Amino acid sequence: MRVMAQVGMVMNLDKCIGCHTCSVTCKQAWTNRAGVEYVWFNNVETRPGQGYPRTYEDQEKWKGGWKRTRRGKLRPRAGGRLHRLTQIFSNPKLPELADYYEPWTYEYDTLISAPQGEHTPVARPKSLITGEPMKISWSANWDDDLAGGPELAPNDPVLRKIKGEVGDRVKLDFEQAFMFYLPRICEHCLNPACVAACPSGAMYKRAEDGIVLVDQEQCRGWRMCVTGCPYKKVYFNHRTGKAEKCTLCYPRIEVGLPTVCSETCVGRLRYLGLFLYDEERVAEAAATENEQELYQAQLDLLLDPNDPEVLAQARRDGIPEDWLEAAQRSPVYKLAKEYQVALPLHPEYRTMPMVWYIPPLSPIVDALRDTGNDAEEAGNLFGAIRSLRIPVEYLAELFTAGDPAPVVRALDRLAAMRSYMRDENLKRPTRPEVPIRVGMTEESISEMYRLLSIAKYEDRYVIPTAHAEVGRQLDELECSLDVAGGPGQYHSGTFGEASGRPTPVAVETFQALKQRQTSETIVPTEDQSGRVNLLNWDGAGVPLGMPSVPPRRSAEEADDDRS
Amino acid sequence: MSASTILLWVVLPYVTIAVFVVGMIWRYRYDKFGWTTRSSQLYERKLIRIASPLFHIGILAVVIGHVIGLLIPESWTQALGISETLYHIMAVSLGLLAGICTLVGIVLLIYRRRTVGPVFSATTGNDKFMYLFLVAAILLGLLTTFLAAGFVDHGYNYRDTVSVWFRSIFLLNPQPELMAEAPLYFRVHAIAGLCVFLIWPFTRLVHAFSAPIGYVFRPYIIYRDRGPHDLGNRTRRRGWEAVGTPDKRRRE
Ligand code: HEM
Ligand code: SF4
Ligand code: SF4
Repeated sequence: MRVMAQVGMVMNLDKCIGCHTCSVTCKQAWTNRAGVEYVWFNNVETRPGQGYPRTYEDQEKWKGGWKRTRRGKLRPRAGGRLHRLTQIFSNPKLPELADYYEPWTYEYDTLISAPQGEHTPVARPKSLITGEPMKISWSANWDDDLAGGPELAPNDPVLRKIKGEVGDRVKLDFEQAFMFYLPRICEHCLNPACVAACPSGAMYKRAEDGIVLVDQEQCRGWRMCVTGCPYKKVYFNHRTGKAEKCTLCYPRIEVGLPTVCSETCVGRLRYLGLFLYDEERVAEAAATENEQELYQAQLDLLLDPNDPEVLAQARRDGIPEDWLEAAQRSPVYKLAKEYQVALPLHPEYRTMPMVWYIPPLSPIVDALRDTGNDAEEAGNLFGAIRSLRIPVEYLAELFTAGDPAPVVRALDRLAAMRSYMRDENLKRPTRPEVPIRVGMTEESISEMYRLLSIAKYEDRYVIPTAHAEVGRQLDELECSLDVAGGPGQYHSGTFGEASGRPTPVAVETFQALKQRQTSETIVPTEDQSGRVNLLNWDGAGVPLGMPSVPPRRSAEEADDDRS
Repeated sequence: MSASTILLWVVLPYVTIAVFVVGMIWRYRYDKFGWTTRSSQLYERKLIRIASPLFHIGILAVVIGHVIGLLIPESWTQALGISETLYHIMAVSLGLLAGICTLVGIVLLIYRRRTVGPVFSATTGNDKFMYLFLVAAILLGLLTTFLAAGFVDHGYNYRDTVSVWFRSIFLLNPQPELMAEAPLYFRVHAIAGLCVFLIWPFTRLVHAFSAPIGYVFRPYIIYRDRGPHDLGNRTRRRGWEAVGTPDKRRRE
């Protein structure tokens, strides 16, 4: 056994309203740049739908992930090392820009610069790739909310898979369609196929927290990782000629902050925490023969953070004490392993993905309500979960390689929770048999309710900070202005104005956010050594320090000037 | 010996070597971020499917041909029992084949660069400059192979002169007079070839020197410690230019 820690995420799909806030804030933070205009590290797709890039789940076509060889070994589906090197001059399985979409902007300038005329000027769309006017015909979420459903949704690779089994029961008429949103980021897999595909060895999994990153200085633009990843979550920056991917906002995670997508999620449906897993067994688990047993194999990799033996080994493997403590409080471990309501996305790709999903009960609840039944009643719900086969089979194809049993179990538990908690909320006598029927206890179901429905900030995010005492510098803690000529070069306070080290932004935000998120009342921002942060000012009172600080250039302005 | 002979066949080669070596080290140390193939496959994949492998396999064969022709003395191949004629026939046929693949490949690549909108707008001045030298060297190389083969006149056995001169440079005992004797087309091709190496470190051609041989020998999954992510502090890094940057604006 070799214990390693992994920062994992759980998303509760029932709560996703498809607002795309996560995508937009992620884009603003990470891919609002030249070369990655078409890139969404976080995207939200409507299911059924084709996804982004289109039909990425069709591995017969795109050859992502791993394949189990006849000898029981794993090999990237696109081919082994030598085979891939022969294809290096042109990668046969690389999606084209058209498979994502051609990014565009609008000619906003004509709105103000057009000469006076009969017609109102319009801002025409213009390609960000060629600079030419273009007709917009696809985007990262063109089929949002089942737009174009009858024409587009049948090309959903997941639907095509189950079609054979449930035949014409899959109806895509709008009245009968079921629908939910699937927000996706990089899975930060335990067995990352992108890393395996990189000829330069520029991609790696961080030993401390399992975050998968691309070393921008070592990447040579062979663009093999894009093919390797079955989720198509490595992107090629066509300007810099380097691969880029979701970083799990590592500069934030390192200082204990949730990722931008989690922080800004309107539905507050994302959970972040630690998994402890046995690194030595990953390859063996990923090579499990039966695809439908991969989910269980993945679950078995996750170690119990309360088991003394695991803890002892973890200590020997150098995992710090506060990380162990965080692993014990980890919301993602509870949801994935203890309650088993969170499932991995496409375990059949054999990458052991570490973003888990709580399947949505709402398509079933809605269908049940439409038939005039009490949609909160446990008995009715259990029955509906079993009779409404299409959503369940679709979900199973997404989360368990087609095995409906784990999906049914997760949905049953969610249904039981609803029903049990309704009795409690209505001050009716609770029915202990409801949790027992789904293999839970009254305590665990209340605990799960706290986590899923109350979902306090500090319960959703249990992120231990990275350990800097090892002599390592953390990005977010560094002062990016500490360069010759930059304002940060004034280290000591003896130089008067602008002297002293600016507080790193994230640390400041962390204190403010923590206070705001955990306090019961709206409080004015506390004194932060005379610095004003209007971003975190919630409108109550005057932000402290405001009048005492003479106007001075912010870090961004100074940065802009130089670039 | 004339000054120009010394200049061309002693000074130029050593300057090229110096610029190449120092240039590569400099580029590696100061521009790891710019060290990439800058693949354009994202924009267009049909033409490149044929053009890029054709060009690359061709040029790699050409490189191997040069190594054999220039570095291995005639006496060695003869000792192996390969007669001068046999060697000649092999070298000419394989050389022409590789050269033609390379030429067709590079013509297709340039055609693609010029005609496919997004690829064209992603082509830098540096790329055009590089292609100029590369195409010149390839065309002159093909011409040289053709003429030396003896289809037109009696041909020319460069292994007695050009190759000896080439080795003499590395043996630090330059024999420029050997080169001065060679036919004009050999001299022009050699200069064009030297020029390609002169500009090499400053173009995208650097990618050839990071050919990922190590991939074959390493485990699939790589773990790395968080490490001192680049000790020392950083300003805004490259790759963070705003959307719609100059090369996209040029054609407004
Ligand atoms: C030794 C191993 C080499 C490898 C693995 C390699 C690989 C590649 C790759 C992956 C590309 C990008 C193709 C794309 O757009 O997707 C490329 C482009 C290119 N390579 Fe190489 N290369 C090698 C050697 C060379 C050599 C020796 C030369 C020339 C002397 C060369 C010249 C070029 C040129 C000119 C391009 C640009 C093609 C274009 O117009 O897009 N390469 N190479
Ligand atoms: S999901 Fe992320 S870690 Fe997994 S293979 Fe894709 S890019 Fe790599
Ligand atoms: S912000 Fe949250 S609710 Fe909105 S689309 Fe993203 S995951 Fe769903």
